[in-house]
Amino acid sequence: MKKQLISLAVAACTAVPAFAQQQSVEVLHWWTSGGEASALNVLKGTLEKQGVKWNDMPVAGGGGEAAMTAVRARVTSGNPPTAVQMLGFDTQDWAKQGVLADLNDLAAKGGWDKVVPPQLQKFSKFNGKWISVPVNLHTTNWIWANKEVLAKAGVTTEPKDFDEFIAAADKVQKAGFIAVAHGGQPWQDATIFDSVVLSTGGVDYYRKAFIELDVKTLNSPTTLKVFQRMSQVRKLVDKDFSGRDWNVASGMVISGKAGFQIMGDWAKGEFANAKKVPGKDFFCYRFPGTQGAASFNTDQFAMFKLSDPQKTAAQLKLAADIMEPSFQSSFNVIKGAAPARSDVSDAAFDECGKKAIKDAAEASKNNTLVGSIAHGHAVPASMKNSFYDVITRHFNGQIDDKKAVAELVSAAKN
Amino acid sequence: MKAGYLPKLLFSPSVFLVLVCVYGYIMFTIYLSFTTSTMLPQYDWAGTANYTRLLGLDNWQVSLGNLATFAGLYIVIAMALGLGLAILIDQKIRAESAFRSIFLYPMALSFIVTGTAWKWLLDPGVGLERSMHLLGWESFSFTWIKDSEMAIYCVVIAAVWQTSGFVMAMFLAGLRGVDTEQVNAAKVDGARTWQIYLRIILPQLGPVFVSAFVILAHMAIKSYDLVIALTNGGPGRSTWLPSVFMYQYTFTRNEMAVGAASSVLMLVAIGAVVLPYLFSEMRKVKNG
Repeated sequence: MKKQLISLAVAACTAVPAFAQQQSVEVLHWWTSGGEASALNVLKGTLEKQGVKWNDMPVAGGGGEAAMTAVRARVTSGNPPTAVQMLGFDTQDWAKQGVLADLNDLAAKGGWDKVVPPQLQKFSKFNGKWISVPVNLHTTNWIWANKEVLAKAGVTTEPKDFDEFIAAADKVQKAGFIAVAHGGQPWQDATIFDSVVLSTGGVDYYRKAFIELDVKTLNSPTTLKVFQRMSQVRKLVDKDFSGRDWNVASGMVISGKAGFQIMGDWAKGEFANAKKVPGKDFFCYRFPGTQGAASFNTDQFAMFKLSDPQKTAAQLKLAADIMEPSFQSSFNVIKGAAPARSDVSDAAFDECGKKAIKDAAEASKNNTLVGSIAHGHAVPASMKNSFYDVITRHFNGQIDDKKAVAELVSAAKN
Repeated sequence: MKAGYLPKLLFSPSVFLVLVCVYGYIMFTIYLSFTTSTMLPQYDWAGTANYTRLLGLDNWQVSLGNLATFAGLYIVIAMALGLGLAILIDQKIRAESAFRSIFLYPMALSFIVTGTAWKWLLDPGVGLERSMHLLGWESFSFTWIKDSEMAIYCVVIAAVWQTSGFVMAMFLAGLRGVDTEQVNAAKVDGARTWQIYLRIILPQLGPVFVSAFVILAHMAIKSYDLVIALTNGGPGRSTWLPSVFMYQYTFTRNEMAVGAASSVLMLVAIGAVVLPYLFSEMRKVKNG
């Protein structure tokens, strides 16, 4: 009896390591809406075909706040996930802590330096080393419009500048619809702010004021005009906007309750998921006054330094798969963005996707591609949140236009 | 009867755990508040720079103001409601235990559930206002939760709903402890009901008032999950409390030292409420 027990125990001990052979990746992200989840399934499928198990770790919250907190806990405990979705300066902040992996070998093999636009490389590299893999190039200065609602309201042409947009929105309101579907979360208020800044002051003002943080430029009549225009947009949203999620606001445009949504091109994923066709059911315009420029944010998967060589091998497979042109195409067709690689064909993309790719290439060439303030590509997290404070308090009517300018200036000085 | 070494031995693991995990970590947080920590702990000394920055921040002033409003209203209303309910239930009514259970049920819910349920109830589009409109009162308006000025009162409503039952249970126990002989003697002397309550019963409930105050005060300072579930700090930043501030600055804004400083100030506030009570209790035990 005792001999049997011992032999069983020995057999069990040797059997267990055999199960640990399968490679797996643990990915933390906040792509929890319908459109985003189906885009991610493309990556899951590709990896599963390569024999790598996908351990999903979704942390809901459209701007990524909750996800960043979860990452912090994991990293401090010494057990980081394989890859984490990150925006903008967060990759730089984490790289400074010395916890991200060096992907230069893989980057050299894949020729990443040549195909990824330099404005994106700024966020994927730290001290010359590749530390994260860019998945796409989202731009935030879009308007999404329901064709039928616009027709019923008598809006026949695409608004060319801000005043035409206000006039069109007023017509939609008078026709009994909600003019702008909006969710009153600080990051959404700031997404509108991106577009209004770009439309009011142009690329040079945007760069000087919000990326270089030049105090004189910030404390100027242009900034006052930006806040006055934000107040005008405020009059176009419905009274229940506070706290609404972005995809619920997209739903309002999809179902015909509202005419416009000012949101980045991940909103297109929602329209596509609801089987709506661009040009037939909805329109995608650049925010009036920002044609030719683009405020971008790029979804990156930051790769953490792992101790287990098995896990590192799986991580490199994940990184290589993300940069494959075929993946970049199929993922971003669903997600709504332009691919991060500039050499991916736009054949599979719909009308809005093709426009996104064309605009991105043009803006990159003309140097009118600027990082989004709202999505952490203009300034680091601490200052981004200080800006959020001012923008959201102004949008919610707690401070007036002049005070907002003053507070913005003092937030930038800190 | 002097205890031997055995009880002390049994206690020591728990004491050790509490010393390290509670007081040790409190010391660590206090230390962090004097460093330059941003995203992860860093150990460079920064003096009182974080406290200076903290006191100059608008968000902190808003949080403190909200705490004063919220804590003040919450404590007063919960105690008044609790006392009122306890007095009514004490009137030897039928189905007393049923009523007691009904009023105590909300305490069984977590603050997250309370916050979410009240968020739906108070939302003008799907809750009370919409129900009133559907019933025919078209001009009924209750948009407090979407209003920057009034949203904090919605937090008060949800918090009071949750804990008045608990306060009621405390006062009920206290009322049951009052000597009926005194009450009977007062009735014989011709005192009216409200006089009996005011002059005889309520003064004897003194210790219960103090306990209820201590519990409610520390719950008010700790409130985080209720605010997040109910309004997520919004609209804008108008329902921030110090606990929300601490979380936001430590984790979301990568300013760990400022967050640590705010939690040290919260600790001082709770200490100011709880420590005098503790000392007076300990002196009572010593004296008799």
